[in-house]
Amino acid sequence: MILSVASGKGGTGKTLVATSLALSLEQGTVQLLDCDVEEPNAHILLRPQIDSSRPVTVPVPAVDKEKCTYCGLCSEACAYNAIAVAGRTVLVFRELCHGCGACSHVCPAGAVSEEPRQVGVVESGRAGGVRFVGGRLNVSEAMAGPLIRAVKKLADPKATVILDAPPGTSCPVVETIRGSDFCVLVTEPTPFGLSDLTIAVEVARELNVPCSVVINRDGPGDEGVERYCAQEGIPVLMRIPFDRRIAEAYCRGETLAAAMPSWQQAFRELFDRVRGLAAVGSVS
Amino acid sequence: MKIAVSATAPHLDAALDPRLGRCQYFLIIDTESMEFEAIENPAIMAPGGAGIQAAQLIAEKGAEAVITGNCGPNAFQVLSSAGIPVLVGASGSVREAIESYKRGELQPTPQASTGPGVGMRGGMGGGMGGGRGGMGGGRRR
Repeated sequence: MILSVASGKGGTGKTLVATSLALSLEQGTVQLLDCDVEEPNAHILLRPQIDSSRPVTVPVPAVDKEKCTYCGLCSEACAYNAIAVAGRTVLVFRELCHGCGACSHVCPAGAVSEEPRQVGVVESGRAGGVRFVGGRLNVSEAMAGPLIRAVKKLADPKATVILDAPPGTSCPVVETIRGSDFCVLVTEPTPFGLSDLTIAVEVARELNVPCSVVINRDGPGDEGVERYCAQEGIPVLMRIPFDRRIAEAYCRGETLAAAMPSWQQAFRELFDRVRGLAAVGSVS
Repeated sequence: MKIAVSATAPHLDAALDPRLGRCQYFLIIDTESMEFEAIENPAIMAPGGAGIQAAQLIAEKGAEAVITGNCGPNAFQVLSSAGIPVLVGASGSVREAIESYKRGELQPTPQASTGPGVGMRGGMGGGMGGGRGGMGGGRRR
């Protein structure tokens, strides 16, 4: 079972939900993958013992000037404008390259080969009964997708896998949610929360991943999120109140499940409902 | 001499578009006759590397110089490699820009005049596939 925790709007409580859920389920069967490789933070709460770290690379073109005929086919083939032919020069913009290999594939002169460029690392370890995997993108690097794929490759098919997604609804989020059995969308009862939630729901539907909602900081705000969920038939699985004690624990780097253990039962019930909804494949 | 100018519309009295990679049109102008070819910029909606694509197009069209408002580092690198000088800081209409070039008021820039991705709508930073935390590109907290 792969469950991704996403949000749309940032700062709604994805990591709070993902880590507390991981700690509330049967220990030894759970794996948490931090897919927010641009700003990973699940490790701050889980404090895993990291026992392996390996580099992740993207293949980028290397052009043999002896063989190159400056025909420009590589540049035409590149969807990302990462390779340009200008006069008798071929310019490779490595930071724009997605590593698709089209340039070397189309080169009639066999002048384009590929060389690895490191974009980040994947770390794995253990935090008590939770197995942890996290990606860390190099500073100034924009190519999160390949690193997220490398993190997801370490998902154990026999485990309950929880993916802590990045915020937003762009490529890194799509890369994270894709292939999940279920997606929990954490939002807050504000117009911002609702606006980004509706986009996130559209992303999940496009990817054919059934989704439900968790409302965090419930209490203040407005009725917009509840009304939207009712209208769209999206179950609201949990409401986490706007409570100073929760905020204080989180600021100390404590998970909700550890700081207020009575929440563990609620997270187990949340998971049971998710399992039921995923089983019927109810694309909400 | 053939000069490429970034423009907001396909005629000589259009305002010069200060962005190079994401301008609306390129006018390739013969400075002797003032005859020109207007090309819709195919790079305007590119998710990234718009300046690179635009610069290659300018080189393919045989322009011998470029007049624009600002030029980023990637486009500048492509144009320099093709031996095409870039004249930045121009404003007003396309016709006025050509006239000030003829009077020698515009000089080739020795380096890019802005950072990468500045011509993106909504500012820089959103170029690689949308923003974090929803609309607007910034991570919302």
